Amino acid sequence: MAYIEPLFPFIEMSVIILALVLIAAFLVWVERRMIGIWQDRLGPNRVGPGGVLQSVADLLKILGKDEFTPKFSDRFTFVLAPFIGAITVLMSFAVIPFSQSIGVSDLNIGLLFFLAMTSLAVYGVVLAGWSSRNKYALLGGMRAAAQTISYEVFMGLSMMGVVLLAGSFSLRDIVEAQQHGWFISSQWLGCLVFLVAGIAESHRLPFDLPEAETELTAGFHTEYSGLKFALFFLGEYLGVTLISAMTVILFFGGYLPPGFLADTLFAELPGIVWFIIKVLFFILFFILLRTSLPRPRFDQLLAFGWKVMLPLSLVNLLGTAILRLTGVLGGGNV
Amino acid sequence: MNQANHLKDIRDWHPGQDFNLADEITHINAELALSQQKLSDHIETYWLAKSQLLTLMQLLKHQLPNGFDMCFDLFAVDERVRDQKLAEQCKDFTLVYHLRSMSRNQDIRIKVALAETDKTVDSICGIWANANWYEREAWDMFGIRFNSHPHLARILMPPTWVGHPLLKDHPARATEMDPFTLSDKQQEIEQQALKFRPEDWGMKRQSKDADFTFLNLGPNHPSVHGAFRIVLQMEGEEIIDCVPDIGYHHRGAEKMGERQSWHSYIPYTDRIDYLGGVMNNFPYVMAVEQLAGIEVPERARVIRIMMAEIFRILSHLLFYGTFAQDVGALSPIFYMFIDREKLFAIVEAFTGARMHPSYFRIGGVAMDLPKGWDTLVREYVNYLPKRLDEYEKMVMQNRLLKARTVDVGAYTSKEAIEYGVTGPGLRATGYSWDLRKQRPYGGYEQFEFEVPVGHKGDCYDRCRVRVEEMRQSIRIIEQCLNNMPEGPYKAEHPQTTPPDKRYTMEDIDTLIPHFVNVSWGPVIPPGEVSVSVEATKGIMAYHLISDGSTVSYRTRIRTPSFAHLQMLPLISRGQMVADLIATLGSIDYVMADVDR
Repeated sequence: MAYIEPLFPFIEMSVIILALVLIAAFLVWVERRMIGIWQDRLGPNRVGPGGVLQSVADLLKILGKDEFTPKFSDRFTFVLAPFIGAITVLMSFAVIPFSQSIGVSDLNIGLLFFLAMTSLAVYGVVLAGWSSRNKYALLGGMRAAAQTISYEVFMGLSMMGVVLLAGSFSLRDIVEAQQHGWFISSQWLGCLVFLVAGIAESHRLPFDLPEAETELTAGFHTEYSGLKFALFFLGEYLGVTLISAMTVILFFGGYLPPGFLADTLFAELPGIVWFIIKVLFFILFFILLRTSLPRPRFDQLLAFGWKVMLPLSLVNLLGTAILRLTGVLGGGNV
Repeated sequence: MNQANHLKDIRDWHPGQDFNLADEITHINAELALSQQKLSDHIETYWLAKSQLLTLMQLLKHQLPNGFDMCFDLFAVDERVRDQKLAEQCKDFTLVYHLRSMSRNQDIRIKVALAETDKTVDSICGIWANANWYEREAWDMFGIRFNSHPHLARILMPPTWVGHPLLKDHPARATEMDPFTLSDKQQEIEQQALKFRPEDWGMKRQSKDADFTFLNLGPNHPSVHGAFRIVLQMEGEEIIDCVPDIGYHHRGAEKMGERQSWHSYIPYTDRIDYLGGVMNNFPYVMAVEQLAGIEVPERARVIRIMMAEIFRILSHLLFYGTFAQDVGALSPIFYMFIDREKLFAIVEAFTGARMHPSYFRIGGVAMDLPKGWDTLVREYVNYLPKRLDEYEKMVMQNRLLKARTVDVGAYTSKEAIEYGVTGPGLRATGYSWDLRKQRPYGGYEQFEFEVPVGHKGDCYDRCRVRVEEMRQSIRIIEQCLNNMPEGPYKAEHPQTTPPDKRYTMEDIDTLIPHFVNVSWGPVIPPGEVSVSVEATKGIMAYHLISDGSTVSYRTRIRTPSFAHLQMLPLISRGQMVADLIATLGSIDYVMADVDR
């Protein structure tokens, strides 16, 4: 036992990674099925009960595909790009506290680590677009770079209100600081900005401009197929999970049960269950958004970011700071 | 003098009124030697020597009061094997210019005879901008050269094609030619021909401070709605100029018309604007009926209008959904497909087929309406408006969609007419011109409906007009439903195909035409006629020439989409790529309709 103990963190890590990849695969089916239902059709319902195994079938199909790299592409970067995309997102999960005890690492700068990783993730997209030597892919990569850089600015700012209230960059501390009330009660503006920025970071409709299908065929991943394409796909769904998880941690009490259930039996449910329920809720919200909104134009998107979202997040930060200093929020421990 | 000049209101005009434009023209310029040809479609037709063509065209557009501002159609006819030429001016080839004055609500047809030894004529591109593509088509199909045309290249056929397909001596079937082979060398040539060289189009590769990107959008691209290629000249994401490249969907529909019997060509027409279904049969059968002198019974007329309006709804619903999808909204199209599905079920109940029922016949329709048809239609008529109200909130009032489409891809009424734009695209600019109102055909004068118009002529208005048109179509269908006359659904006329069978076993005069019409197809008396309808996408016209046989001598199909796409460079300059996609979606073209 003694000499297995040092291996525990590695086992935990492997389990988490495996679980995340499975969840991402499962999400593909959830999304397709939910969109199907919302759009008055069935969605994939053939493989397994209710179509649950659709992703397995997809995976088998993808594995059976030719590992194709276009001759005109920049080979090394072309192969590297999808790995950057998937790995950076997986790395971000390292700082996520899934429950009171589950979590890979409790970095004291967890929030900054998350920001750093999401910033790196854009390299996957930009390099993919650039190395494909395809004009659609290039345009997609270009859009991704501009979009991510703009939206990252106020994504960071929108989280600072939470940091002010919790007094820590550690995600676990932030969750624990919400014992007596979720931050959404005072940080609803920050939450809104964070959600918008989060959708933009994960390139989902209505912010899916880098891969805007009707404009750029498939945008940055036009030339990708097979396993490399699957990695981008994985990255996208992990990204959705990540943003949902972050929203829950920052604003909705993470793995803590809701306050009004504090004295009931529900409060006895393990933290991980609460965490999963909340994350699932936000994932479904993302999917619903995708079915209901059109896509803005590129310049409108940037203008919206800089002219609306940035001032909003600054106002939120300023307001929170004032309320915090005057002691209205977060108690007296200034 | 021209009788039309004495009319107080253009709405008083009706087809069949005797005009004499020639007086008006010679009054302005006495040197023009016009000679009139009487044709059964009441469009004034004049022959002219080709040396005077440009003078006359200038006069018609600019000097004549309320001149002919739209070049409606331009095509050629190979007259070399025609028996009944109908006019002594006729030589080996005839160029037909079909012009329209919107404000006079009057058409004129100018014919120019060309000899085989001198197949050249002056280009009229400088007068009507949209003559450009029509002249290229005439060159492509007949080898007629247009002097001082800016870019006289093939348009429908590939650049490497040998010969001119609509010439009477060009084979109509592969079996009449040698087997197809493709040598490596030829393949190399074909590949090279596909390359886009901006210099050929008068484009530069770089400006003073930037290199332009040339983006090849299509022929296979999710947003070009078919096989359509646009080469974009871009700086960043801004479009500097573009070159639409059509012809990928060309099937030689006009050539097929010269082989198929008058009757068996009907299914081909369905597939011209493949979303329009029976709407395509409409002008064709009306044209044949006019040539044969068939009077269609009242019930058939109402059935035709009802079916045409049903297909207008079907086409507009698809437009509505794909337009929203092009802008990025994924869901509306699925809801609209459900509505279409319900309507297709009704079409299927009536005709036995869904998208391409080929339901109209020369002299009527294929079969009578089934028992209980009215219940089906009434249910749908009550169902759709509620759904449209829902879509109104989901699509038209969506702020993101508005941000993407309002003031995007706008053009003025003047530009629209200059480029031959008709239908909702023209009405979106605020110009109320609907053929069903201006020149009621097939019985539309008996129906009450309004002509919705926009005011800005942008993408949003083009969509808005179509949405309102659906409501008007429902109104028309409702009137058909409440006032469907009893009686035969087919005319009792020997040329009606297939003819009435009731008396065939009783008298020989019915048996013989029946036998002949079913085996050879009907023989249509010689003549020329052009019939237009307000189709789903604009005005569609069939110009048929009969040489007194079982097949058409020349079938000319004037389609709205062809004219609409030509305007694309004008609209798209200065747009972003995303705007172009919204614009393409809002034009509502069908490539089969463009290329035929």
